[in-house]
Amino acid sequence: MKNIGDKTGKRSKPDIVFIVENYALFAVYTLICLYPFYYLVINSISANDLSANGIINFLPRQIHLRNYIEVFKIKGLMTAAGVSLARTVVGTVFTVLASAFLGFMFTQQKLWGRKFWYRFIVITMYFNAGLIPMFITMKNLQLTNNFLVYVIPAIVQPFNIILSKTYVESIPASLQEAAEIDGAGIITIFTRIILPTCKPILATIAIFSAVAQWNSFQDTLIYVTDQKLYSLQYLLYCYINQANSLKALIMNSVGTYSNVMTLATQQTPTSVRMTVTVIVALPILFVYPIFQRYFIKGIMIGSVKG
Amino acid sequence: MQQSVALQTKNVQKVKRVKNAQGKKMFLYILPFLLLSFAFSYFPLHGWIYAFFDYKPPLKLSQCKFVGLDWFKLLFTNPTQIKQLLKVMSNTFAISGLTLATSFFPVLFAVFLNEIKSKWFKNIVQTLTTLPNFISWVMVYSVAFSLFSATGMVNTFLINTGLLTRPIKFLDGDSHTWLAMLLWYTWKGLGWGAIMYLAAIAGIDQDLYEAARVDGAGRFRLMWHVTLPALLPTFFVLILLSLANFLNNGLDQYYVFQNSFNKEHIQVLDLYVYNIGMTGRSPSMATAIGMLKSLVSVTLLAVCNMVSKKVRGESII
Repeated sequence: MKNIGDKTGKRSKPDIVFIVENYALFAVYTLICLYPFYYLVINSISANDLSANGIINFLPRQIHLRNYIEVFKIKGLMTAAGVSLARTVVGTVFTVLASAFLGFMFTQQKLWGRKFWYRFIVITMYFNAGLIPMFITMKNLQLTNNFLVYVIPAIVQPFNIILSKTYVESIPASLQEAAEIDGAGIITIFTRIILPTCKPILATIAIFSAVAQWNSFQDTLIYVTDQKLYSLQYLLYCYINQANSLKALIMNSVGTYSNVMTLATQQTPTSVRMTVTVIVALPILFVYPIFQRYFIKGIMIGSVKG
Repeated sequence: MQQSVALQTKNVQKVKRVKNAQGKKMFLYILPFLLLSFAFSYFPLHGWIYAFFDYKPPLKLSQCKFVGLDWFKLLFTNPTQIKQLLKVMSNTFAISGLTLATSFFPVLFAVFLNEIKSKWFKNIVQTLTTLPNFISWVMVYSVAFSLFSATGMVNTFLINTGLLTRPIKFLDGDSHTWLAMLLWYTWKGLGWGAIMYLAAIAGIDQDLYEAARVDGAGRFRLMWHVTLPALLPTFFVLILLSLANFLNNGLDQYYVFQNSFNKEHIQVLDLYVYNIGMTGRSPSMATAIGMLKSLVSVTLLAVCNMVSKKVRGESII
């Protein structure tokens, strides 16, 4: 990985050209990845009349944070934030515990029909019934327009189970045997030994499923019509596509002509759209750099046995 | 002597019986999860029977007419239906094909990033270019809207500088829709796609480089003859997987970017199934198409797996 360049002496001229070009290309591409986020952030904190005219491109102007306060006064946004937060927390906890438990159980030779049931679950990764049959199923299970539709179908995730099973297999069996001799039951072994030792892989699973839950859009689109159950993602989509009704909504909720408001802090569809996007992106922007190694670990283990 | 052997076998049997009982008890513990798996993966398959009825949503299935294979026949005999399906298939093939044809991008990304010596620069590039992978398609669309709508940053900038008089319709037009979809897909996934290759590069034996350098290989020959070959196995697996998923473009990306202007070229199979099924026009037809899609996908996967077994001696699933 290191020291591929010529160590012995001067670099040749084409080599220097290559190095410079290489750095430049990656710098440009990195900027392309970063700039959109930067653009949204500076616009959400600049004067709203300026950002509505699209002239805030590089530096924020007349910085204010009113948008972040006002936006939560819009009807429905607080509820949607609550729904997104709740599904992320509950969904993640459930799938992490289930994946750990099932991964552990599938390493137990004693388990009746172990191989069969493991395959029974894993094979579900490779087929799906399709949109309409899924919708009909959810409807029949009374899960449409139900918060549980966000959580329950996501509990058993074959891929996560494979990850945790692989990890449990790497734990020395003597650990469990010792506990068994001490008279520990299977549940005790799971909570006292497996859960603590599996922390790294469980963190990986947690991070992945939290991001998936937070980002999920399709399930609201298909299974939910009740506005109280909209997720932030879905609400944001509505805001982008219905600028006019958003305008009316802002008028009703925030009150455009109150005398405290100036042109700079008055909410516009643009300001609301950008502020909400930043709010929705913020958890990801913070979480990702901190937990990057877990993400990378996840994809690595996954690639060993997908 | 014989007695002790008998005793031993008796003991073994007893242990076995205890183990069996334990195993059954453990099975009861996982049973709820098996039921969940059944409910959300196997049970929905019963919905395929809707493809053989003329299902009208508020009605119950028993009140709807059984039509046998009529939907499937209609799909392949009705001229307007054929035309529409061909259109949808050409979108699916074009977008999947473009994705497949550009799947070597992450390889290049990794190989060239590996040539960068500065560690902090490399880390920053890696962190920031993987970021877009973790935002949802809705957010990608919001980004796209902020930058490329008629009043977005790009158009405003070009008009203010006098390069344009009227805004370009990046989003609410139908020019280069396939290409635009590919570009957004690439923007979102390129950095993340490279991570696996970067890890593979990290695992290359440094002696190989040393030996090649002694033989007089320059930078590009090292990249070509040492780095690249080490990435081929991973590349091969990923190509096979994306071949297996050729018909599964997913719904999110195309749904959020869809509008009445670009519908002609953005409607991939997944979106088409949603559009005809969920807007209520024809859930039975949507089920029929979804069913065919699932069957073809499973077949593709099986074929790709077979190829993988033949070539690498290892399966991909």
